[in-house]
Amino acid sequence: MSPESPRVYQGPTVDRRMMLKGLLGAAGVAALPALAACSSSSSSSPSSTGAASGTVSLGSNASDAVPKKAFQAVYDAFQAKNAGIKVQVNTKDHDTFQEQINSYLQATPDDVFTWFAGYRMQYFAAKGLSNKINDVWDAIGNNFPQSVHDLSKGQDGNYYFVPIYYYPWAVFYRKSVFQAHNYTVPTDWNSFISLCQKMKSDGLIPIAFGDSDKWPAMGTFDYLNMRTNGYQFHMDLMHGKAAWTDAKVKAAFAHWTEILPYHQEGYIGRKWEDAAQSLLAKKAGMYLLGTFVAQQFTNPDDLADLDFFAFPAIDPQWAQDSVEAPVDGFMLSKSPKNRAAAVKLLEFIGSADGEGAYLKVDNSYDALVNGYDTSGYNAIQKASATLFGAAQHVSQFMDRDANPAFTSTVMQPQLQAYLQNPGSIDSILNQIEQQKQAIYNS
Amino acid sequence: MTVGTSADAVESGRAADRPRRAPGRLRRLTRRDKTVLTLMTGIPTSLMVVFVWVPALASILLSFTSWDGIGLDSIKWIGLRNYRQIFTIYPQFWPAVEHNVIWLVALAAIPTPFGLFLAYQLDKRIRFSRFYQGAFFLPVVVSSAVIGFVWELIYNPDHGLINSLFHTNNPNGSYLDWVGNPKLNLWAVLVAASWRHAGYMMILYLAGLKSVDPTLKDAAAVDGANEWQAFRHVVFPALRPINVVVAVVTVIESLRAFDIVYVFNKGEHGTELLSILITNNIIGEASRIGYGSALAVILLVVSLAVIIPYLIVTFRKERRA
Repeated sequence: MSPESPRVYQGPTVDRRMMLKGLLGAAGVAALPALAACSSSSSSSPSSTGAASGTVSLGSNASDAVPKKAFQAVYDAFQAKNAGIKVQVNTKDHDTFQEQINSYLQATPDDVFTWFAGYRMQYFAAKGLSNKINDVWDAIGNNFPQSVHDLSKGQDGNYYFVPIYYYPWAVFYRKSVFQAHNYTVPTDWNSFISLCQKMKSDGLIPIAFGDSDKWPAMGTFDYLNMRTNGYQFHMDLMHGKAAWTDAKVKAAFAHWTEILPYHQEGYIGRKWEDAAQSLLAKKAGMYLLGTFVAQQFTNPDDLADLDFFAFPAIDPQWAQDSVEAPVDGFMLSKSPKNRAAAVKLLEFIGSADGEGAYLKVDNSYDALVNGYDTSGYNAIQKASATLFGAAQHVSQFMDRDANPAFTSTVMQPQLQAYLQNPGSIDSILNQIEQQKQAIYNS
Repeated sequence: MTVGTSADAVESGRAADRPRRAPGRLRRLTRRDKTVLTLMTGIPTSLMVVFVWVPALASILLSFTSWDGIGLDSIKWIGLRNYRQIFTIYPQFWPAVEHNVIWLVALAAIPTPFGLFLAYQLDKRIRFSRFYQGAFFLPVVVSSAVIGFVWELIYNPDHGLINSLFHTNNPNGSYLDWVGNPKLNLWAVLVAASWRHAGYMMILYLAGLKSVDPTLKDAAAVDGANEWQAFRHVVFPALRPINVVVAVVTVIESLRAFDIVYVFNKGEHGTELLSILITNNIIGEASRIGYGSALAVILLVVSLAVIIPYLIVTFRKERRA
């Protein structure tokens, strides 16, 4: 960490408070074709800065088959519209791309690269490893609600990011299982606990869980903390401003300890795919994960049976006002070879046509543009839009909202330690706080 | 091992040369000889300096700094802070040291004698000897990432081979979490590592046994020694040179253990190793280069503490010979 990095954490929280006001109206409402048409035309016409042509290189982490195809559809649609520009895609394995990102961005990166919103994006912006794209946002600004504007800005207030889609985290269940046992969707903590108890007595695993990859526990903690202590405290905690030894954090973990007996045994060594299989096989009743859990429901009948609800409220003060919805998108590298063409590409990605080209191939995610035509959405996508639209605050995910060194070297093993031994939470939180100070102050 | 053998070659070559043209040897070298010699020593030396010494020294220097790997101007000198934090507030550090020690003891105690046992049996030229050699040596040839993956399929708690066979995959009943349970997973992964190490040791001992003069065994038999006595008092002492190599290889293997564990469960919740902590801190977005370097220096010091006595013993012995 460099000496100036603590400054980095002071940025976005105030802005984010006001987040999503615009979205409330837009995303939930189905099909506003007129607006969609208007926004897509505004993205291309006014900003045409002379003749952009040549090749844009693009570094992609979309190594899985479906996203790879979907992104290619975006680039194909872009090239069809801009005859003179060719997009040259360099796809790397998803995890390798993330592991090498530091050296990749410092060496000779592609003009445009795939990345994530949140602190994870702002970090590279603050380090000068990515290029300001205020000009892109002059063109696409009208396409997005204020919340997305805020997500796309660095700590310095400039734009660095163009989003393409989001996917919320929620509690997934099978409608048929809930019908068969006469379960109702719990909205508060007590009804959630009693549902867990009922499921257990009905021979179901109440909450499927697999933390072998170590990030699923982060999603669970994010929700518990936001529901117990509110969005602002969660963000302060992520940005290193609040203390992990705070009684509030302990309270959040106490709620976790309360539901831990209802989690699927053996979670430490289980992969999320296997946990999802137990939900699919109707052995487990609920599963807290991102909407990508649907990838495991390959049979259309099973997929139609899949539904989700927002994580139940714990403190009525916060109710269910926050949603964890990571946003993926694109950034411009620090000195792109063909900036004019890269800007054109980013403008296209940030339009209804660009997002639509992706979602036509991969329907695991939701679009972010205003008034996107949602008539093609499946049930999960529609429910995601409702969930996202109803939320007042959007968190990204622990590993996107906090210092990556902290999440990977401290939180991942410490959350595992907690899951193995919930009783030692006091000493675990002390260790986390000590290590946090070592990392955030270094 | 490599160091030992190349030193052997140099030493024996010089010893052979010495009687013929000991004094003034350098003066008789032509310019061409000198060029060749310069190239032949210069290139390996500079490679060694560039790829071994410079990175090692850089790691040592970086271990006293805090650096996120972005731009040289963000390197900050912080003295011993990394070390202090590693020893005091890094909860994974001491378990990792302990696991490295367990790894060493386990490899030395089980697969190494077992490899010797296999080699001793195969050396008797039993039937299908070549097939057995191939079978036991196969794990050494296969990449350990692949080994980790294969054993992951065997140990997977939900649908792995072991739990499926013994019906211990029922989360509500008997459930053996080979990957996640910290009481089980280190041993589970050690079985995989031992399986590989035994083959390696077998080949080393097989080579050693080939060089044991068979008449020694015959003589022991004539003197009335039984199989065990012959092995214990005649063959095993004759294997002394190879035992040194085996000891060093085992130490090196246990200190650099990484890939099997990393594939098995990324080296956390019970299988932490020093090598994995280094990787976690340096690779990826984490980029705590200084902190990771400090861990690497600790591992380097441990390695040197083992290797230096070995080199001293070896060189002293050769000087005597």
